[in-house]
Amino acid sequence: MKLRAYLPYVYLAAPLAMLACFFFAPFVWACWISLLDYNQDLYNPRFVGLANYNRLLHTPAFWQALQNTFVFLLGVVPAMVTLPIALAVLLNGQLRGISLFRALIYLPVVISMVVVGLTWKWLLDSNGLVNYLLSLVGIAKVNWLVNPDVALFALMIVSIWKGMAYYMMMYLAHLQNAEKELYEAAEIDGASTWQKHWHVTLPHLRPTMVMVAIISTIGSLKVFVEIYVMTRGGPVGATKTLVYYIYERAFERLDLGIASAAGIVLMIILIVLSLIQLKFSGEESSTTPKPTRNLKAGV
Amino acid sequence: MAAAGSSTTKITLHYAVLVLLALIAVGPFCWLVSTAFKSGSENIFAYPPRFLPAQPTFDNFVQVWQKLPMLNYFINSVVVTFLTVSMNLVFSVLAAYPLARMQFKGQKAVFMVILSTMMIPFQVIMIPLYLIMLKAGLTDLSGKTASWIGLAIPFGVSAFGIFFVRQALVLLPKELEESAVMDGCNSFQVLWHVFVPLITPTLATLALFTFMSSWGEFLWPSIILSEPGNFTLPVGLVQLQGAFSANWRLIAAGTVMAMLPIVVFFIILQRYFVSGQLSGSVKG
Repeated sequence: MKLRAYLPYVYLAAPLAMLACFFFAPFVWACWISLLDYNQDLYNPRFVGLANYNRLLHTPAFWQALQNTFVFLLGVVPAMVTLPIALAVLLNGQLRGISLFRALIYLPVVISMVVVGLTWKWLLDSNGLVNYLLSLVGIAKVNWLVNPDVALFALMIVSIWKGMAYYMMMYLAHLQNAEKELYEAAEIDGASTWQKHWHVTLPHLRPTMVMVAIISTIGSLKVFVEIYVMTRGGPVGATKTLVYYIYERAFERLDLGIASAAGIVLMIILIVLSLIQLKFSGEESSTTPKPTRNLKAGV
Repeated sequence: MAAAGSSTTKITLHYAVLVLLALIAVGPFCWLVSTAFKSGSENIFAYPPRFLPAQPTFDNFVQVWQKLPMLNYFINSVVVTFLTVSMNLVFSVLAAYPLARMQFKGQKAVFMVILSTMMIPFQVIMIPLYLIMLKAGLTDLSGKTASWIGLAIPFGVSAFGIFFVRQALVLLPKELEESAVMDGCNSFQVLWHVFVPLITPTLATLALFTFMSSWGEFLWPSIILSEPGNFTLPVGLVQLQGAFSANWRLIAAGTVMAMLPIVVFFIILQRYFVSGQLSGSVKG
């Protein structure tokens, strides 16, 4: 097709203008705000250089939020990487009605986090259904959302419950792509079901596992809604995460400078963790033997 | 191969596990629905719990409907979601077209710049974004229509959407546009009459996932809205807790009402949700 040189830009103009207005401009502005002090006068902020970052490093509440975020991440990400694989294997068969089960198990992904949060707040009430079910197997009553030692754990469970089927679908897509011949070869070699999954399925899914790790890491770092709905960061700050801290600083205390500085810190953590995982995946895939070789070595 | 007997046991076991998992996934919502239908005289904390309401009633729903502007919440959510999805489709196609089907100076750079926005978390830009919206008069301080636009516009374009559509366009054969141009189509006609119909499944998937995230969005609306009549469903739902001070019959009723449209939507389009993610994740 003969192109006039400006033509591509005609199409790109509107989307790029949108991105400039709603991503780049606010981003530059956020960097600038993180250098201002709003505490004296909200309408006349003072330039303070990197003082907000320095203040942040000396604020225990920030460190507490950072710690909670990483505890959450370390609990949620490994679960999101591994559990959905089992789920995907279970839902990959040709059983009758399998698509109904897929749909039912996918439902929590579709329902909004606010609804999920309220539903689980009701379930996790100290006189709620979860405690009743646990009492059936002899576990004493737990004050899930009131006890600072378990509240964060309860939120982790809810997040895993809501997100699991999403990652399950990613695995399922790749399982359905897996070469049938590999499984047939494994069967001929007399591999058991477990051996088949260990030697064929897992190596095949490795690139997806890295993707899931990255996506769920980003999601965990940004966890907010379930906390806002279920605990409001309490009890005594036990579930206050980084984003909750930013939200509270910005929109409840109007300390925009500190909030923006914390936001930039969040972004840096996010980029660094993604790069580490990507690099790790690059090395992995170059040193991992091909699934077929793995299989022969194993069986 | 295993004997027939053991394979039947295996299948039964497989079904048993699936049923258990389905219960874990759907059970919590069923319990919520059950609570919403329990009458004021029934103890909702009964031990052992009653799984079905003793005298099912719509009272709770009526009360919530009377006390909170549920219909407003619903309309606001529908409008904002519609705006967000349409903008996303239009801008994704517009940006993806030249990136996928034309060659021009700075093409790579433009694509990288677009992708780089994926690295900026919304939580970093929400403060300046709020200040921009205040200055532009796009919060609900300037009225309902303004707030609809203000709610939708920051999510009107996404790097993911552009990337996703570009991947679909790149795969189409070169002969398509050549023959269309021979027939006298200009570049826009090629896009509209040739490419868009061919990538409809991709666009449907993008629409579905934008719909899901926009319908459930909480953070942004909770920042820019102040008037209850302008709330979207997620923001309105959080108000339930305050409005009905831990009266779980009413909170459950409100939550069930909010959940209903998306559940119906999901049941109708269930096939597309699931297959959409299947195809999306292979390509992405």
